[in-house]
Amino acid sequence: MNALLDLGQHAGFIWAAYGATVIVLAGLITWIRADARHQLRLLEELEAQGVQRRSARAGSPKANKQRARRS
Amino acid sequence: MADTPGFFGRLANPTFFLKLSGAVLPWLTGLTVILMLVGLYLVFFFAPPDYQQGETVKIMFIHAPSAWLAMMGYSIVTIASIGSLIWRHPMADVAAKAALPIGACFTLLALITGSLWGKPMWGTYWVWDARLTSVLILFFLYLGLMALWQAIEEPSRAGRAAAILAIVGSVNLPIIKFSVDWWHTLHQPASLTRLDAPAIHPSILIPLLVMMVAFTALFFVLHLTAMRTEVLRRRVQALRLTQVDAARAGEGARA
Amino acid sequence: MHAFIRLVARDVRLTLREGGAVSTALGFYLVVVAILPLGLGPDLNLLSRIAPGVLWVALLLAALLSVERIFHNDLEDGTLEVIALGPLPLELVAAAKALAHWISIGLPLVIAAPILALLLNLPANAFWILLLTMVTGTPAISFLGSVGAALTLGLRRGGLLLALLVLPLYVPVLVFGISAMNAVITGPASFLSSYLILCALTLATVVLAPIAAAAALRLSLA
Repeated sequence: MNALLDLGQHAGFIWAAYGATVIVLAGLITWIRADARHQLRLLEELEAQGVQRRSARAGSPKANKQRARRS
Repeated sequence: MADTPGFFGRLANPTFFLKLSGAVLPWLTGLTVILMLVGLYLVFFFAPPDYQQGETVKIMFIHAPSAWLAMMGYSIVTIASIGSLIWRHPMADVAAKAALPIGACFTLLALITGSLWGKPMWGTYWVWDARLTSVLILFFLYLGLMALWQAIEEPSRAGRAAAILAIVGSVNLPIIKFSVDWWHTLHQPASLTRLDAPAIHPSILIPLLVMMVAFTALFFVLHLTAMRTEVLRRRVQALRLTQVDAARAGEGARA
Repeated sequence: MHAFIRLVARDVRLTLREGGAVSTALGFYLVVVAILPLGLGPDLNLLSRIAPGVLWVALLLAALLSVERIFHNDLEDGTLEVIALGPLPLELVAAAKALAHWISIGLPLVIAAPILALLLNLPANAFWILLLTMVTGTPAISFLGSVGAALTLGLRRGGLLLALLVLPLYVPVLVFGISAMNAVITGPASFLSSYLILCALTLATVVLAPIAAAAALRLSLA
């Protein structure tokens, strides 16, 4: 624990750097996870409503492409 | 479609990608956590203070990986952009878009930790030297790309527009680096090359390498997760479209 | 080639006849250059030292104002689609329009620069260099701007986005334009090496930017 506490005269800068890293990365991770959950929930809701991708007549070109590949 | 039935061709199928990434992610996440803990332990209890820089060298263990990921992130964006423009690989757009905020965050971290290291070492938070300036411009490029993605609603068009800009930026970045470098030859900035030299002591090198690998693993965990989310987002959009279509068809039948 | 020249001439004529674009750019250039000494104080030594940078940065901003219009009007009235269907490849269309922007906006700004330089007390030996570097560098500004204009074509708030996309790309031109001038004013660096790199940048941009701009235009026209 000695090494941790004794960072010399510039300890403030070192802690600030690590603190900033923790804050930025924590923010990024939280945001990415929240976004992932949000999209997953939306998808589940839509599927629960019985909306099906394959049976769709038209969709975005992308979706059509995916559909074509899968079948 | 240039889809040979190889690995990249199969990867073009989002369902295959979801399955594969889903299998890899837990292991990669675990690896990241272990590497981070080991790395931080080594940094704080093993790495000695630098004979010149004192304890501030500890900042290097997060600064160097961030700077590396800032560059690697943009390389991924560029390669994915080329893949998207030339081969129209469906996952390339997704990979490029997902890498942007992550790369931008690491670029920001490289700037923040760099200036916090610069203050005690050089006596100033910011120097307009080649490295700092080109990293700052890299950050602006990330922001510009994200803004372009946000401004264009249709994903396929946004993807190609962003890909064009990313490639133009990747041509420009080395020129910027070189131009600012050349500009400031008169007052040579304190550079980090001393630490990159092969003479670097193992007691510093090993923690640094562990942290590098740990940060890189973290990048890929976040990147894969963001890519999966992006695939899901497009599915949601496609489903919504079919929902609207179905509703319209229903109205049409009634009328 | 005939069609290329005709397209350039048409665009230049339209911009000049419209008038607003050129005078707005010139007025903006004047205002920015005039307002900086008010902020920095009237110290003539300081002003003459920073004059190259001020003149270049203000010129970038003034040119940026009108870059958005390179393709915008032609997209709105449908002319762009007609031109795209014509005999000229889209790359040359983009090049012609960027060139027309340079002739109609870039050159007037360059001509105004020495007059504004008087306000900033630019050393007398630097006037010709100022003209020379700006004539060399401004085509790169118009051509890079055309890429940004093509990418943001038809978007809401395209103008602000355009500035964010394009300004970072202007850095090398800015750096070498200013360093070529400083080499003459303060020494000791060589003017020729900076200037030749500026030439190289402009040539490379003039060749490569239309390719990117055309790729971006295809997105809007598709």
